[in-house]
Amino acid sequence: MAHATDPPAPRPAHGGDPGPAPRTPQGTAAGQARSRVTLRVNGAPHDLDLDNRVTLLDALREHLDLTGAKKGCDHGQCGACTVLVDGRRANSCLLLTVALDGCEITTVEGLAAPDGALHPLQRSFIEHDAFQCGYCTPGQLCSAVGALREAAAGHPSHVTAAPALSASGPAVLTAEEISERLSGNLCRCGAYPAIVRAVAEAGTDTAATTTGADVIA
Amino acid sequence: MSPTSTTLDTTTSVLGAPVPRREGREKVTGAARYAAEQHLPRRAHAWPVPATVARGRVTAVDTAAALALPGVLGVLTPYDAPRLGPSDDPTLQLLQDLRVPHRGWYVALAIADTLEQARAAADAVRVTYEAEPHDVTLREGHPGLYTPEQANGGYPAHREQGDPDAAFAAAPVRVDVVYSVPPLHNHAMEPHAATADWDAGSGHLTVYDSCQGTTVVRSVLAGLFELPEDRITVLSEHVGGGFGSKGTPRPHVVLAVMATRHCGRPVTLALPRQHMAAVVGHRAPTLHHVRLGARPDGTLTSLTHEVTTHTSQIREFVEQAAVPARVMYAAPDNRTTHRVTALDVPTPSWMRAPGETPGMYALESAMDELADALGMDPVELRVRNDAATEPDSGRPFSSRHLVECLRDGARRFGWPGRRPPRHEGPLLIGAGVAAATYPVYIAPAGARAHARPDGSYLVEVNATDIGTGARTVLSQIAADALGVPLDSVSVAIGNSSLPAGPVAGGSTGTASWGWAVHDACSALTDRLAGHHGPLPAAGLSASADTTQSAKQKSPYARHAFGAHFAEVQADTVTGEVRVRRLLGVFAAGHILNPRTARSQLVGGMVMGLGMALTEHSALDPAFGDFAERDLAAYHVPANADVPAIEAHWIDEHDKHLNPMGSKGIGEIGIVGTAAAIGNAVCQATGRRFRELPLTPDRVLAALEGEPTTAAGAAG
Ligand code: FES
Ligand code: FES
Repeated sequence: MAHATDPPAPRPAHGGDPGPAPRTPQGTAAGQARSRVTLRVNGAPHDLDLDNRVTLLDALREHLDLTGAKKGCDHGQCGACTVLVDGRRANSCLLLTVALDGCEITTVEGLAAPDGALHPLQRSFIEHDAFQCGYCTPGQLCSAVGALREAAAGHPSHVTAAPALSASGPAVLTAEEISERLSGNLCRCGAYPAIVRAVAEAGTDTAATTTGADVIA
Repeated sequence: MSPTSTTLDTTTSVLGAPVPRREGREKVTGAARYAAEQHLPRRAHAWPVPATVARGRVTAVDTAAALALPGVLGVLTPYDAPRLGPSDDPTLQLLQDLRVPHRGWYVALAIADTLEQARAAADAVRVTYEAEPHDVTLREGHPGLYTPEQANGGYPAHREQGDPDAAFAAAPVRVDVVYSVPPLHNHAMEPHAATADWDAGSGHLTVYDSCQGTTVVRSVLAGLFELPEDRITVLSEHVGGGFGSKGTPRPHVVLAVMATRHCGRPVTLALPRQHMAAVVGHRAPTLHHVRLGARPDGTLTSLTHEVTTHTSQIREFVEQAAVPARVMYAAPDNRTTHRVTALDVPTPSWMRAPGETPGMYALESAMDELADALGMDPVELRVRNDAATEPDSGRPFSSRHLVECLRDGARRFGWPGRRPPRHEGPLLIGAGVAAATYPVYIAPAGARAHARPDGSYLVEVNATDIGTGARTVLSQIAADALGVPLDSVSVAIGNSSLPAGPVAGGSTGTASWGWAVHDACSALTDRLAGHHGPLPAAGLSASADTTQSAKQKSPYARHAFGAHFAEVQADTVTGEVRVRRLLGVFAAGHILNPRTARSQLVGGMVMGLGMALTEHSALDPAFGDFAERDLAAYHVPANADVPAIEAHWIDEHDKHLNPMGSKGIGEIGIVGTAAAIGNAVCQATGRRFRELPLTPDRVLAALEGEPTTAAGAAG
């Protein structure tokens, strides 16, 4: 089995053709290319010297010891790695860090206030038991912050009714809207009904679109 | 005195209180660290290489290109990997010989300084094979089918009472149907991962493993690496779900240990999602032949459930899907049997309620078909056939409140009985019901309770919290037995050096660990009662070991029961089925923490919804591997797929279980869900579906054909 980033795997020939030799980029030995990148993560600046292949997710987890962002698939299919990039939610496993020079990143570690007071969504997740194993939770939380910001900015979703599309102003977050807007974040423990309740409740708090990192920055 | 002989008085207890999860703050702030997130100095990374033939032999492994890449610390192959000691599980004998038993079997392991380098090195390994023709297709009549001795769980594979064939032939009302359930994947959100650290100086191995129980991981690693158990520590502070797939050690942990012993540095190995289908186990596909014979009043006279399934070439695992029929309904003449064939497929294993989940899908769908044939309300049919004693064994039930679950659920749900389905524009709307059951298992455990002079308590038990809330409920059990406030109790779990505990599996955790915690805390209470004056600086301790009590054979048949109700809509234009409402009522003993219990029951129902509508995997006959290997191809339910779900329970007082009076709740939530949804789709559309999942293509094709049920034909 190959992983999806591979070049198309040669069909294994019976009789044992080993296939072509691995490809190396012209001129450089594979894995030699590095770059310097500056990121602001949860309000703090970081200068990094990274292998060009390092994703934002791995930069956070392996190089900055910010392991809150989770790796569920590494292919943009589960949302566990969701963080905020310049204020908008993104799957950090799909972003190469070299392309993010100068970006502002907020991770789950940056949601709470600098004094440790939990973010309204974090409190609400605990209150509604909106997780079990907790592995999808950082992604759900960052995604929910992003979704609340999008709703506040009036972005529609797939389930936004036609009359609301022409209306200006913030989107109304019904349970159906929340479910739809958070469907990029899988939860195998099946905490969805509680997640929807938690986001609905926290969403009534205008502070829920702000993060602790915003305060620092 | 036996502290276990009485059921606790739970009226004023912290047991039964909706206590929030103890590790909630860590989980919502990102502070909770999982197995791959242990940043040890000089840590390296490993990446395994899967076989690209479905059957055959490795004839050469060329590692030169991989070893030439920067940062690469080594590549282990079957030719040079260290020899392992024995293990009961042959799937852990990795890189020990040249045989390839299925596609995806690991044939090499790359180790490098960084994740990127390890992945590139694994890609650069060139393996040559001598491929052989393979067979991965399960079918009735497969020449390799045989009846095993036992099915999973130690159940006899074959049971028969009376003459079911003659009784069936003589029955005035008959249902004779086949169902099929495809392979399914657990796909916990945290991929299997381990960080292993071999300290050659002290000769100690420390492993952070994503698993459902570290006691068993330690003992298996001790055998494989020929180390005494006291030189191994396995830790699992937080685990990102397992659903059975982390119940026993899986290849990742063995390879991580090989890697750390090879390079003398800590090594993390986190499985790529795409590898998981082939190496961590799956729910085997099952073909079901169910025959029900009944009198016109609905009383069953004959029941046969014959299951056909696959296993791998390396290990026999038989999904015990016919076993729940031995528990559910009294039919004097019955046969429940399993046949299995070993194919060139990955090794199947546990997935949430193995046996019950596919078995009850088939049995409860067949009961619905029987209700149809009788013109009877399916709730009433199940009530009519409620069993006074366990049909297979004749033993009395310690408690069985199936009828109460059905009645209570029907009332709460607003069960429409046999009223015709509704239409809303292009949508057909129907309701369905199914019963659920799950056995009560219990395993021996140890625990230690410690009173400190400052008035706080520490309880130690090697439990694992895979998301169930074990840490929380064990602290409740401890506080209750000690008669002290919850806040004064801390609980240490997830560490193999704690008193040994069984895995978080088979819905046994709370009962097994909890019993030991209860006993240790009761013993400590007795010690404290006999102690006068202030506690010594070291405090006072007491231990317990439930080996005796847990192993005692109960004269009772002990099972949890439940009833599932579903309302669905089927779109006649697109064929899409959506679940509008799900409601479950469960009789699972005393519910110790309603908050975490509800989450588990609802979570099980969500997984059952996936099984009914979206989850499906297939073995590709040409290539021999699972075609659906990632979360884009294998569709677990997303938020928008899941409607409002209600989980309720009947307060059950059963004094034949354990001191807490609890039954397991981790699995029963999934058991009847798929059948309830399938039955609702049938009611809505007048078409009977007998193959999961109910995807739009299947539904649309059926809607274009003739109705298959009497109700559908009449409507
Ligand atoms: S890890 Fe990024 S989407 Fe799954
Ligand atoms: S809480 Fe376990 S995956 Fe969401």
